[in-house]
Amino acid sequence: MTDDVTDPLRPSDHADSPAPDASTGGAAGGGALGVVGWLRWGWRQLTSMRTALVLLLLLAIAAVPGSLVPQRSADPNGVRQYFVDNADLAPVLDKLSLFDVYTSPWFSAIYILLFVSLVGCVIPRTKHHYKAMRAQPPRTPARLARLDAHRSEILEFQDDTDAAAAAATAIEAAQQQLRKAGYRVARYDGATSLSVSAERGYLRETGNLVFHAALVGVLLAVGIGGGFTYTGQTVIIEGRTWVNTMLDYTSFNPGRFVDEDALQPYALTLDEFSLSYVTPGAKGAGQAGDFVAHLTTQFPDADAEAGEVRVNHPLQIAGDKVYLMGNGYAPTITIRNSDGDVVFSESVPFLPQDNNMTSQGVVKVPDGLREQVGLVGFFYPTAQELTNGAYTSVYGDLEYPMLTFWVYAGDLGIDGGVPKSVYTLDPSEMTQLAGGDSGTDSLELKPGDTVDLPDGLGTITFENETPEAAGFQDSVKRYVSLSIHRDAAATWVLVFAVLATAGLLAALFVPRRRMWVKATRQGHTVHLEYAGLARGEDPALDGALEQFAQRHLASLADPAPAGEPPTKPESTPDVD
Amino acid sequence: MPDASPLTLDSVSVLLVWTAIAIYALAFIAYAVDLARRGAVAVDAKDAAAKIARERELVAAGGAGGGSRVGIIEQMRAQETASEEALNAPVGKRARLVWARIGTSLTVLGFLFHLGGDVTRGIAAGRVPWSNMYEFALTGTLLIVAVYLGVLFRYDLRFLGTFITGLVVVLLGGTAIWFYTDIVPLMDPLKSVWLVIHVFVASLATALFALAFGLSVLQLMQARRETRIAALAKAEGGASGTAKTGPGFLKTLPSAEALESLAYRFAILGFIFWTFTLIAGSIWANDAWGRYWGFDTKEVWTFVIWVLYAGYIHARATRGWRGSRSAWLSIIGFTAVIFNFTIVNMFFKGLHAYSGLN
Ligand code: HEM
Repeated sequence: MTDDVTDPLRPSDHADSPAPDASTGGAAGGGALGVVGWLRWGWRQLTSMRTALVLLLLLAIAAVPGSLVPQRSADPNGVRQYFVDNADLAPVLDKLSLFDVYTSPWFSAIYILLFVSLVGCVIPRTKHHYKAMRAQPPRTPARLARLDAHRSEILEFQDDTDAAAAAATAIEAAQQQLRKAGYRVARYDGATSLSVSAERGYLRETGNLVFHAALVGVLLAVGIGGGFTYTGQTVIIEGRTWVNTMLDYTSFNPGRFVDEDALQPYALTLDEFSLSYVTPGAKGAGQAGDFVAHLTTQFPDADAEAGEVRVNHPLQIAGDKVYLMGNGYAPTITIRNSDGDVVFSESVPFLPQDNNMTSQGVVKVPDGLREQVGLVGFFYPTAQELTNGAYTSVYGDLEYPMLTFWVYAGDLGIDGGVPKSVYTLDPSEMTQLAGGDSGTDSLELKPGDTVDLPDGLGTITFENETPEAAGFQDSVKRYVSLSIHRDAAATWVLVFAVLATAGLLAALFVPRRRMWVKATRQGHTVHLEYAGLARGEDPALDGALEQFAQRHLASLADPAPAGEPPTKPESTPDVD
Repeated sequence: MPDASPLTLDSVSVLLVWTAIAIYALAFIAYAVDLARRGAVAVDAKDAAAKIARERELVAAGGAGGGSRVGIIEQMRAQETASEEALNAPVGKRARLVWARIGTSLTVLGFLFHLGGDVTRGIAAGRVPWSNMYEFALTGTLLIVAVYLGVLFRYDLRFLGTFITGLVVVLLGGTAIWFYTDIVPLMDPLKSVWLVIHVFVASLATALFALAFGLSVLQLMQARRETRIAALAKAEGGASGTAKTGPGFLKTLPSAEALESLAYRFAILGFIFWTFTLIAGSIWANDAWGRYWGFDTKEVWTFVIWVLYAGYIHARATRGWRGSRSAWLSIIGFTAVIFNFTIVNMFFKGLHAYSGLN
């Protein structure tokens, strides 16, 4: 029964649609199809329930490989490592876009087809639904007893006129009560039988359409909003100031429509990075937490303000959000040549390698020494010597800091103009002077120490930031790595997601049902029938019908309406 | 295992959890006995039904019929109608299945211990007890039992008791043995209201999917039985054969169609909660990691599960897919849920490194 106007429109292979028969099946019923025929046929296939289902399942399957193989978008280092570990396999996988699953041609094809199908499905249904909402509930079927839920009563009266009046009153009352209960009602009266036809639950289809349309909204918001979105990364060492210009970002990923010259002019100064550690002896000892980057924010021609960035609590500034992504130590290192002139003096961010903040960093001295010198350093905030003589860090805080260096001399390879990472050193054109297999021990320094560089190149100092303090607590500077985002899409995505959820709730839980109340007069009796028909999932139909019938009968028994009150209704048990 | 020496709140919690596991195991046995006995009960009921039908037939045919055989299809329909009524019977009017009662009583008892174990863990940790894999499993299985017991007020789903208690014994037992983690302070990203909401809602969805899964499995078994009976009826011309048509307890269960529509009801509830999990997770990710979606492994699986259940809902509305085919999707969906919780947590790399396992 899907030919009623008030029924929602469904693709022809929907479970509620009439099964295809020879006359309606097929594309154009035999003969030549012609281009238009084929196109129409193809479109019908694309917008069928089966296609939607297959595409949904394909989408689920296609998403899985991205969790098995590292993705460039989520885990670029993992991808690099994968190429190292699986040198033969990786290029093949790369050809298949398996490192970029979610932007791959095949994944895109699936979801684009799915959304084309969705739009093609939703538009005609929306039109249809618009009309349905204006249409009358359908005629009262001739035989109500055949419907999903049915109940009948026989009322007896003194004479025919009483019965006729009572029938009219009953239907009138039913009409009012149904309308009050949120049904749309229509009267279909005949000579001996009066009836009211009622329908409710249009919201179910509205919800379904809103849900599907909101999914399109999500996709569009992501797609279009992404063009106006940027993310950039930077590192700020305690005491330093970072300015929101392209120059100061270590990396920057703008969407297509982002104007890189129009970034908001503001500056952030890292006053302090504070954190706490679970003390030794306690469960989870050494675990760091409560990270707070205390910042000073400054706009041109405005007073500086204090700001904070914590995990889960980004700093909102000028429409940007600033996230705390990581932290580490930035030992200040001073290098002097053999004449005692300072040739290098900087705080160098070291990258943490483990939970106890064993960290690695690189110092490059291109000028000022006899040769170009590169140092690969390890920093241990609480150093402990292993049996093989190497060090490890046993605690993340600065209890017993130690900095060690391997020293290389030769060509740093940075003159060619090719940018090189500040965190890596390419020693292929250099000779190792200290550490490793060089025959000379690596350099070891505690805060405040100065040692000689090998081969009389000069000296290196590990500066103590608080030389007069008793312990090492604040002897080394910390840095934070921040991620600065402008996300034009997020709010819209959320709006559409919430809309989708609301639509879904309506689509799944608003019952759509029809109800009929019919009063048939036969002499001095009135045969009252109540019938209900579920349109879609409606487990509560029987209960609802029963409840309505009881309430309706009770209202009839009230002495309010004119005429004789009906004699005790005789209930006929429903054989169904 | 935690240090056994001082009786800390956490070791009390562990003790309660193990007690709960033991009681659930007993409940499982009781429910299994119930299922086994249902076959026999069904035979008795069948005889009774046959007798009544015979009498009716005699009356109808004025004693001239003499035919004493009842069509097995009608028999099955009669059983199914009775079973559907039993399914919807209010608490006071349910069949007195002794072993099922024992099973339910034990499940309630186990639940109380389980709840105690969960709450003491939360108090000991000073936060919600779902912050690492151990606690998540603890609370997740608690919710499975809670939802099951809650649903019992509305539907007589005790035939799912073996499945629910069995599932919980395996998950909770495995959790207690392999996933136990000491209480440690929360990592920074977990300090968020979204931990409370997102994870709780995910557990709730899981519980509902579990019920849907159990019903879908039964639906498939029942559908197979119905097909066999139909085939038998054809072959023997409606005579009630003695051929095996499946496990005996199936005779006391509602029709495949009724099981399907019940499974669907739980699945759509679960789907709503899962949708909410997905959105809440994205909001949290946007706070914690600076992007609301990044196809991190856990995000991928949450998405895959969501799409699978969307597929299931569609399948139910697609001609040729309603019935057994869609049931398979519900089964695959729940398999993905379990996979996501176990294998993905343990072996897949990603940002969601909060299992607390090493
Ligand atoms: C992004 C892809 C899609 C998703 C995630 C999705 C999801 C859903 C969900 C969750 C429902 C159940 C809620 C409700 O009844 O409104 C549903 C129903 C429905 N969807 Fe989709 N859908 C998608 C694409 C499509 C497409 C392409 C079509 C058209 C062929 C379609 C047609 C329908 C129909 C007709 C229903 C109602 C089913 C019924 O009568 O019960 N959907 N969809």
